[in-house]
Amino acid sequence: MAIAEEIRPTTDALLKTTAPKRPANMGQIIRWGLLFLGGILMIMPIVYMISTSLKWPHEIYNLKLIPDEPTIENYTFVLQDGRFFWWFLNSIVIAVITTLCNVLFDSLVGYTLCKFRFPGRYIIFIAILSTLMIPTEMLVIPWYLMSQQFGWLDTYWGIMFPGLMTAFGTFLMKQFFETVPNDFIEAARIDGLNELQIWWTVAMPLVKPALAALAIFVFLGNWTAFIWPLIVTNSVEMYTLPVGLSSFGDEADVAWELIMTGAAISTIPTLIVFLIFQRFIIRGVVMAGLKG
Amino acid sequence: MADLALRDLVKTYDKTEVLHGINLDVHDGEFVVFVGPSGCGKSTTLRLIAGLEEVSSGTIEIGGTVVNNMEPKHRDIAMVFQNYAIYPHMTVRKNIGFGLRSSSAPKIQKEARIDEVAQLLGMTDLLNRKPDQLSGGQRQRVAIGRAMVRDPAVFLFDEPLSNLDAQLRTQMRLEIKKLHQRVGSTIIFVTHDQVEAMTMADRIVIMKDGYIQQVGTPSEVYHTPANTFVAQFIGAPAMNMIPGEITNNGSIQLETGGLIDAGLAARSGQKITLGVRPEDLSEHAPASFLEGSIAVREPLGHETLIYVNTSVGEFVAKADGRHPPDVGATVRLGALQENLHIFDAETGSTLA
Ligand SMILES: Nc1ncnc2c1ncn2[C@@H]1O[C@H](COP(=O)(O)OP(=O)(O)O)[C@@H](O)[C@H]1O
Ligand SMILES: [Mg+2]
Repeated sequence: MAIAEEIRPTTDALLKTTAPKRPANMGQIIRWGLLFLGGILMIMPIVYMISTSLKWPHEIYNLKLIPDEPTIENYTFVLQDGRFFWWFLNSIVIAVITTLCNVLFDSLVGYTLCKFRFPGRYIIFIAILSTLMIPTEMLVIPWYLMSQQFGWLDTYWGIMFPGLMTAFGTFLMKQFFETVPNDFIEAARIDGLNELQIWWTVAMPLVKPALAALAIFVFLGNWTAFIWPLIVTNSVEMYTLPVGLSSFGDEADVAWELIMTGAAISTIPTLIVFLIFQRFIIRGVVMAGLKG
Repeated sequence: MADLALRDLVKTYDKTEVLHGINLDVHDGEFVVFVGPSGCGKSTTLRLIAGLEEVSSGTIEIGGTVVNNMEPKHRDIAMVFQNYAIYPHMTVRKNIGFGLRSSSAPKIQKEARIDEVAQLLGMTDLLNRKPDQLSGGQRQRVAIGRAMVRDPAVFLFDEPLSNLDAQLRTQMRLEIKKLHQRVGSTIIFVTHDQVEAMTMADRIVIMKDGYIQQVGTPSEVYHTPANTFVAQFIGAPAMNMIPGEITNNGSIQLETGGLIDAGLAARSGQKITLGVRPEDLSEHAPASFLEGSIAVREPLGHETLIYVNTSVGEFVAKADGRHPPDVGATVRLGALQENLHIFDAETGSTLA
């Protein structure tokens, strides 16, 4: 049974092939210039955030990048402040649970809408999509009234419940499940798996890039969510990070240096999440390229 | 291993009937090939047997049990798909073992079974690879291994070789046939390639437009085709069809001018189509009934196809590979009486 090995290009080989070098022309210079400008625009707020977090209060309205008297006093203050710890914890709990729920529920619903034929399927899909057109600002009042009735105010559940599933995530997952060949599913059905097992062992591993993207979106969205957590929480211990940070200082005087310090610390989890999940996204893109 | 019986099987998709009453008995251990042009309902029939589609009417029996309302997993069948359906995120071992996931056998036994199947397919060294590290033929073998591992009553193959290149296809064809001889299971194999059908099948089922045209051994469908469709579908190049009519004394008057003594007086006046395979047409036949000049030659090495222009169209014949007649030469061709196929011109079915 000697069969000539069909050599497939490996990922590495594909990535290594670079375009031949050509001398820079005007178009290229403009392109690089625009990219550079865009980069600066993106990075400036972060630079100022870190710069401000290293300044004393009297220096914060001085726009100098390098503080005259840099200090880590703000960091020690924020980290020693009990409230900051609670807010950080609240945000972590909420963002992690919400992300897990979205990855689970959005893909379950997306999979069902994609791979099963049943009456009303199209209408349900349209109904889910149409909720995308309603902005959060319009929803917070009904949510609030509802939470009040159910006694959900000032609880984790109250903060999380509107975001445990998203129309966007459902849509994203449905589209990605379209790329899973039906043969894969039918083969598993013949092999005796039930529908839930097929979803979990066959379909989910094949849409990992989409799951990673969804996880990043949802985590970031919840990590930075402001309006709803502000409205639904009353006690300081229930604040999330963005809500808590905005409360630094008193009514008359916003403590920008502390807010920026908190913000700088709070970017760390988002960085971690991104670093964990981006591998899957990049690998997914490479795999998709190899298929054709 | 088991018998399979299809009784008046009908499948309708949104009011369009695509299978119109399929009747077929497949015996235990038989290798049956469904062949027909694309869209004739081969895959649909297979999917009905597998339980992936619901039967509209009629029954399917496997091993004497009606399985119409049974889930695929309870039908004791395995299926190999055209694009293999092996999972890219699992190793070969996991893929082959996938069919055993729902079995309650102890792990050691399952692993032993996977090793056994891998050995049978010559894949022992590849067990820890992922599918993207395999060649097309190897992937195909993983798919077959995955089907074999459960030792099902019936194997279903849906055009499993059509993604392979010609050489590999010939090789896999042989391998599957050998495998069948070794394991002895019942196999239903779908293809649109008549060569695959002829070479692999114990019996061929020829389908067209949702109807079975003929069921028979390769030799039967080749030598005694039931109608013009079967006659032209099986064999390459396709059988020549020459229009004609039966004369008062029972001979066949062909439109090419040829006259063939046929002893069909009872049918005098009937329009017929005379079928002759290219390989049966010869310059050395006792009586010739086709005359024309050679328009094109296609040398195949051991033989040469010659396309002959006549007053009623072009016909193809097989000539000697070493000394074929020249292009432009006039040839007179005939065939032995036993190699003539006479069809009703209207219905296309073979005249008794
Ligand atoms: N899910 C479906 N919905 C509607 N029509 C279908 C469906 N599947 C197959 N058909 C139709 O049924 C006929 C037979 O298809 P199929 O069994 O796939 O043919 P084959 O495998 O012989 O090429 C075709 O005309 C095809 O268009
Ligand atoms: Mg088909």
